Amino acid sequence: MFSRVVTTALFAGCIAGLLGGLLQLYFVQPVLLHAELYESGTITHFGSDPMAHGSHGDSELDLTRDLLSLGFSMAIYVGYGLILSALMALRLESDQTVSIRQGLVWGLAGFIAVHFAPGFGLPPEVPGVASASLESRQIWWGATVLATVIALWLIAFSKAPIAFGLAVVLLLAPHVIGAPEPDMLMGPVPPEIASHFAARAFGVGMASWAVLGLFSSYFLAIHATDDVD
Amino acid sequence: MTNNTITRSSTNSSSMSRILPLIMAIMLGVSVLAVAGHAQSPTLHGAAHDTRHATGFPCH
Repeated sequence: MFSRVVTTALFAGCIAGLLGGLLQLYFVQPVLLHAELYESGTITHFGSDPMAHGSHGDSELDLTRDLLSLGFSMAIYVGYGLILSALMALRLESDQTVSIRQGLVWGLAGFIAVHFAPGFGLPPEVPGVASASLESRQIWWGATVLATVIALWLIAFSKAPIAFGLAVVLLLAPHVIGAPEPDMLMGPVPPEIASHFAARAFGVGMASWAVLGLFSSYFLAIHATDDVD
Repeated sequence: MTNNTITRSSTNSSSMSRILPLIMAIMLGVSVLAVAGHAQSPTLHGAAHDTRHATGFPCH
């Protein structure tokens, strides 16, 4: 089952990561590059005090940068694919089915768990926005993803009514506690660009996760025949 | 006590042997994400920068 999950994750993750990476380059990257002009102080909007925050290369077409983005997009979705297909395989082990249509729902649930739920507290950030310390945000991010994954699993597969209540608590808790926030709001990037970036990142993330879920269920099914263990 | 533990673990071994590979796959996935999404070495951060921002990982 291990090799079946790994093979599924490699294929589905590469497809989802490549597609998501291309969507990212077309829809998200122009907004990000625009924001970096404000971050580096090349352009400023009214009333802001540009802070030099390290430049990330040219804002023009940068092939190496774009290829790295595609590569990392594929790596990230292979990583997500390993977890998603292992959880799907757990259902198969309990003699449940994961059809391709169900796979699509799995993918959308994955998007909610790792992108939308943490994004509710820590919206996808353009470079240059003010934010709390990285460590505290990474801890909150990880805890929120874990709580949301458990909650969605309970909602989807548990039959006990109490599980539904527990799921609601798990869904709400990270946001009632609240994400770490910066002490001062002093980002040099205009809010119009920041919100546009967040919306685009969510949209591209949702599409990538839908593809990941769809292909994970597909490859798990076709590798079922050569599963020896 | 020791015998008791061994007996119990051998009865559970079939379900454990089915679930253990899945736990390993999940841990492998978490490791991939820790490196690609969260590790803060300057080279790695620079290379993964745009994707981390776009996929909503905490960055910087």
